[in-house]
Amino acid sequence: MFEAQIKVTIKKTVADPQGLTVKHALESLDFQGIDEVRMGKFIIVKLKAQNEAEAKAEAEQMSKKLLANPTIEDFTVDIK
Amino acid sequence: MVKKEVYSALGLTDAEYQKIEQIMGREPSSTELAMFSVEWSEHCGYPRSRNLLKLLPKEGKYPALVGEDSGGIIVDDLAIIFKMESHNHPSQVEPKQGAATGVGGIIRDIFTAGARPIASLNSLRFGLLTEPYNRYLLKGVVEGIQFYGNCLGVPTVGGEIYFDESYSGNCLVNAMSIGVCKKLELARAQASGVGNPIMYVGSSTGRDGIGGCSVLASHEFAEGEEKRPTVQIGDPFTEKCLIEATMETLATGHVVGIKDMGAAGLTCSSAEMAYAGGSGMEIDLDNVPLREQGMEAYEIMMSESQERMLVCVKKGKEKEIEKIFEKWDLHGVVIGYVTDNKKVKVNYQGKVVADIDTEALAKAPIYDMPATEPENLKEINILDLNSIPQPKDYNEVLLKILASPTIASKAWVYEQYDHMVQVNTVVLPGSDAAVLRLKGTSKGLAATTDCNSRYCFLNPYRGAQIAVAEACRNLVCSGADPAAVTDCLNFGNPEKPDRYWYFKNCIQGIVDACKAFNVAVVSGNVSFYNESPKGAINPTPTIGMIGILDDLDKRCVSHFKNAGDRVLLLGETKEELGGSEYLKVIHDKVAGDAPELDLEKEKAVQKVVYESIQMGYINSAHDCSEGGLAVALAECCFVNNLGVAACLIPGVREDAALFGESQSRIIISCGPDEVGRIEELCVENGVECFNLGKVGGDKFIINNSVSLPLETLRESWGKGLSKYV
Amino acid sequence: MKFGVVVFPGSNCDQDCFHVVDQVIKQPVEFIWHKTTKLDNFDCLIIPGGFSYGDYLRCGAIARFSPIMEPVIRFANNGGLVIGICNGFQILLEAGLLPGAMLRNKNLHFICKFVNLRVEATDTPFSSGYNKGQILHIPIAHNEGNYYIDDKGLAGLKKNNQIVFRYVNNPNGAIDDIAGIVNKNRNVLGMMPHPERCSEDALGGSDGRMVWESIVKWSKKKSTAR
Repeated sequence: MFEAQIKVTIKKTVADPQGLTVKHALESLDFQGIDEVRMGKFIIVKLKAQNEAEAKAEAEQMSKKLLANPTIEDFTVDIK
Repeated sequence: MVKKEVYSALGLTDAEYQKIEQIMGREPSSTELAMFSVEWSEHCGYPRSRNLLKLLPKEGKYPALVGEDSGGIIVDDLAIIFKMESHNHPSQVEPKQGAATGVGGIIRDIFTAGARPIASLNSLRFGLLTEPYNRYLLKGVVEGIQFYGNCLGVPTVGGEIYFDESYSGNCLVNAMSIGVCKKLELARAQASGVGNPIMYVGSSTGRDGIGGCSVLASHEFAEGEEKRPTVQIGDPFTEKCLIEATMETLATGHVVGIKDMGAAGLTCSSAEMAYAGGSGMEIDLDNVPLREQGMEAYEIMMSESQERMLVCVKKGKEKEIEKIFEKWDLHGVVIGYVTDNKKVKVNYQGKVVADIDTEALAKAPIYDMPATEPENLKEINILDLNSIPQPKDYNEVLLKILASPTIASKAWVYEQYDHMVQVNTVVLPGSDAAVLRLKGTSKGLAATTDCNSRYCFLNPYRGAQIAVAEACRNLVCSGADPAAVTDCLNFGNPEKPDRYWYFKNCIQGIVDACKAFNVAVVSGNVSFYNESPKGAINPTPTIGMIGILDDLDKRCVSHFKNAGDRVLLLGETKEELGGSEYLKVIHDKVAGDAPELDLEKEKAVQKVVYESIQMGYINSAHDCSEGGLAVALAECCFVNNLGVAACLIPGVREDAALFGESQSRIIISCGPDEVGRIEELCVENGVECFNLGKVGGDKFIINNSVSLPLETLRESWGKGLSKYV
Repeated sequence: MKFGVVVFPGSNCDQDCFHVVDQVIKQPVEFIWHKTTKLDNFDCLIIPGGFSYGDYLRCGAIARFSPIMEPVIRFANNGGLVIGICNGFQILLEAGLLPGAMLRNKNLHFICKFVNLRVEATDTPFSSGYNKGQILHIPIAHNEGNYYIDDKGLAGLKKNNQIVFRYVNNPNGAIDDIAGIVNKNRNVLGMMPHPERCSEDALGGSDGRMVWESIVKWSKKKSTAR
């Protein structure tokens, strides 16, 4: 059994109003030097596969097809 | 013998424990003890309020239905089901989920009666927004209501929001829902017919909210944050599917009874359904869909996981019902059967874990509570007007009161609620009452919630009467005939005699006012222990009320429509400032008595306005309430951007004329030709009618007291609340 | 002509759309459950608003894989009329029937209110009854109506005159004030505002009614041409 940890974030080229709001909130709490905040989703998929490479390929397919929207989102897959 | 620590931790007293042993004739099992503790808690069994609640009138001008979990009225062949319920303590701890599950729970009470929910309203009360935690609560509660209600597709059409120090540390979230069905389609919350299967439907059971209702609703707040684990999490998507699946299930005609698993979950639904049907029930917990491993029997019986219901179906039809729930990806499993021994028997893992008489469970003991008037109230009631200096600049005073969050525009809130879905909302939020059409008829339904808790603090009997009178007034101003009431009674710790005195007097006020208006109280809810370390909340008997428009086209709104229309004030303006927003905001005082109320006068004013709307004489009608005449007049101007030039009511001091909150007053506007007709109606009914002035222009003028551009007023009013969020 | 209203778990404007077609413009209409795999003889499909699958993951992302979507896509590719409103628009975007994607409203709040729309294109089956430049008073009710498309995509929309409705005062941050678009073939419309909520005078205006009437008119013309 593998655990795929998938991070989905809003593309750099797309405005992220949630991230911007959180940045302002952090700054109002006196956290300084924040360059940027981006919000996203963290998805854990537990799956069976022959090996890590296969698990990763499978999770990437899932991300492309459903978990992320390529128009506005990027994703990364880590296998544990 | 069960240890005292155990039953005490469950909230049971020594006497209650002894009574349980006596009923059982033996030592109760842990599951049985848990079941008694939740069923006898204030939240489920109403031991400290049942005695007084039975005084509320159960009959009124519309045929009333007082059901197990909700109530309503019959209008032609339709049943209109409605109820209001509190979710105060959970919201204080976790505002988003607390409010969301409050909305979810009340809506389940409506559709388990067989009625499709058509509208929600909310009465919300918070401490002052100058405190950060209160801002967090306001934002969280609004977020929760929109998150849940919008997804369900039930429009949130109205309500009220108040801010007062007394709610700091214990906010109030009272959610009301309304549903409609054909009279013949009503469902009961009962189980009967020996051998009929009992089905568990909806979401799975976890440990969320165990003991939530009894623990949260039966104690005062000390350290709220520690109670977070008992708050339930809402899933509006599942509830939406549950609504549709339930409607399909009821349409099969195979349902004997159905009940929400709300407070006290499976315990309450099983015992009360069996009790209501005069039967017994045997259930097997091994069949209950669980979402966590290793759950004990008592945990399953007490869990308050959301979006679950219990259904009693006709024998042989269970497969058909299972299919419907399967279609909606919901659980639908048989967990037991109706028996004839009037007991609830619970099996788990091959053992009998509980076997209790349903009546003993469902009928909590009744306590007579001592009630005494608070010592300092007489002193607070004294208000010498001579000690209140009259302001010099009334422009400034008006702007300040309009910017008070209690008075200010609530658009920031209601624009986050979907108030139009289901395409019935014909009077949008912002008027005196929401008006919905009843599809397939020419009729309409108006709804409102009302309670000025400051009045109730100063004079509980009259304050509660005013809440009923104002609710009626708001409905009448919308063109509706006030029809029936649901009440949500929020008070402090009933074990303290001064708190209980407030409760007792408020109930009596509601009773007498409802009788005067000939309206039944068809449903309701009691929430005690609303206290923080600083003390009790203001007594808050929130009145939810619906009214019927025989002809939807004869509806009315609160805002001015035409330049050149005349503005009349119906009703008498007295020299009273007690409990007013003016006194609080400008002079920082809560003192005096609540405004006077003469129910016969009130009815006469309402009759004139109702008839004038029916005859088509008037173009707008607006209730004069918090902030008095000046505020009410300003509120009439905003929607259509129409100014007004009015004169000052003579005979009372200037601040009382502008901001006094005399009851039984309604501002109307009409064409110049109609003035005479309305004056005639007023004379016939013995109602004072004062010609205030004329609609038009872009200024807001009251004699020599106030003169401001309408835009300046809008600026203050529009940002009064939203500037904090 | 026959309308079909697709029902997903979580759809909540399905009955409103049905009501308007049935009671207001008085045309035959049927509900289509999302597990249906075959469509018969529909002239126009409505993908209604709501929270299909609770809007979990992303609005419309899960609904897009419902069994009904394959026949819907085939129907659209064969020139059938499809109108997606609010969540329906989001589903059409996820399904690739329309270009672009939705982001959260700029103010991060759900917004429900009447707004003004400007009709930008009238050469579509959905807007032919309006005049170009006409201002419509129409309700919005959404959390994710902040339409996004990259520069190239936007240039394409403009070039092909695919932008049908624009907000007069942009409420949600949508790029280029876009409120509604059609595909290149002009037979698929997605719009965030709710025409079904303003098709009757009792509801505070009937500016949305012409959307339905345009569809009926177009369909009739097409069947006489046949």
